[in-house]
Amino acid sequence: MSDCSRDELMTVAAARLLWDGCVCFVGIGLPGTACNLARLTHAPRLVLIYESGTIGARPAVLPLSIGDGELAATATCVVPLPDIFSDYLQAGRVDVGFLGAAQIDRHGHLNTTVIGPYDHPQVRLPGAGGAPEIAAHARQLFVVMKATPRSFVPALDFHTSAGSPRAVITDFGILRPQPGSGELALAALFPGATVAEARAAVGWPLLVPDTMETVPLPSSHELRTLRELQARTAEAHRRPVALPVQE
Amino acid sequence: MPAFMPLSELIARHVPDGSSVALEGFTHLIPFAAGHELIRQRRRELHLIRMTPDLVYDQLIGMGAARRLTFSWGGNPGVGSLHRLRDAVEHSWPRPLELDEHSHAGMAAAWRAGAARLPFGMLRGYAGTDLPAHNPRIRSVRCPYTGEELATVPALNPDVTILHAQRADRAGNVAITGIIGAQREAALAAATLLVTVEELVEELPPAMNGVLLPHFTVTAIAHCPGGAWPSYAQGLYARDNDFYQRWDPIARERASFTAWMERHVLGTTDHQGFLASLRAEHA
Repeated sequence: MSDCSRDELMTVAAARLLWDGCVCFVGIGLPGTACNLARLTHAPRLVLIYESGTIGARPAVLPLSIGDGELAATATCVVPLPDIFSDYLQAGRVDVGFLGAAQIDRHGHLNTTVIGPYDHPQVRLPGAGGAPEIAAHARQLFVVMKATPRSFVPALDFHTSAGSPRAVITDFGILRPQPGSGELALAALFPGATVAEARAAVGWPLLVPDTMETVPLPSSHELRTLRELQARTAEAHRRPVALPVQE
Repeated sequence: MPAFMPLSELIARHVPDGSSVALEGFTHLIPFAAGHELIRQRRRELHLIRMTPDLVYDQLIGMGAARRLTFSWGGNPGVGSLHRLRDAVEHSWPRPLELDEHSHAGMAAAWRAGAARLPFGMLRGYAGTDLPAHNPRIRSVRCPYTGEELATVPALNPDVTILHAQRADRAGNVAITGIIGAQREAALAAATLLVTVEELVEELPPAMNGVLLPHFTVTAIAHCPGGAWPSYAQGLYARDNDFYQRWDPIARERASFTAWMERHVLGTTDHQGFLASLRAEHA
């Protein structure tokens, strides 16, 4: 499986963090692909919670939004959105929160609000959504996002959420917090990735351990499942919807 | 008993300039037809409230209808930015926009408090975030029993909430199935509740655990098939994900956005005309 892309390595590595039966709150974007790949491979009893109120969703194709009808139609139950945040997340019923972000700092704090000052931003990003409370209340937090010096930064422009991720999966490998300081350090590299590449992609002086793990390549089953899921999804999202007609 | 009337009359009678207005619906059942009618009637100075502004508020903001926005996540889900919202915040185009920004959990608590007519909502939230530093309405309270410090948000009680639903019956009861977001709370929090519906039926069956808004909570209803497009109505039509992706280049530039709105919204007299103009473009 040496022909797989970094995106695929990242998604498969993120999926492997989830265990069968765990209750996972799925953030928007990259986490959705990883969480559904886990459900379709090693963790068939994974319970996916989307903030739209769908609990136990088993979508055949990835939703474009976190509230597509596919999620409601395949969920164990659909509850009001305030219930999800109050009675499930805040009440401590979620094992894992899985988030993406625009910026991350060395402590794993995230920014999805603005680049530049809040009142006069250079780039207005979508904002917090569920992230602050997912980061605070899920028993464990994982983050998946691509690394550039503009996204892995020494200081955030805005603190949107302040969790401490157990792992950050990015396109050169995996960062994990150091015992004690909690600073994110390089923990594993993908096959073909180098320490120099990791250092160049991170905007702070990256801690590198003496011995480095290499993330095992995706199995043929993982890769085939991911590619089929993405092909089904692309086809479904292009499918024209007949505009409703008044009878 | 709620009054039944055309959508144009519903908006003309119940949503004056300067209103605080919530078009709720979390991805599902977004009241696009009502949003377009606000644009056709040239509403101004609105305080718009929605957890996820979505394309419907991108359009209202880009057309200059809004003075203020209360929200918790302002993107095009799975696609990227809301370019008109960004342009308003980054460049004050076509006019400045005040932000009242929350997290989803905070805004959900504000909706729950509004529905219950309590003064504020309470949560374990906003810990370690910069949002309270930029939004003085996010505060805290000490629990009188445990001493725990909890975040608070003022209740949301809009002048008008507008929802789109699958069905209403002749008595004015309204039924919703599928993802309901904070629709129930937004409905009960408002002074005036307006509803557009896909179908009018003689009598709805008892709702059991499905969401039914009883007739005495509803001010007025308009029959508006397809009123959620390009959002969706579970069981009737799917979310038009292709259109959500095509919106990105339309909204990216002021000129292409304005041309689209003039052609399809201002250039049509009602929602059926709007849908017909899109069908014509695709034919």
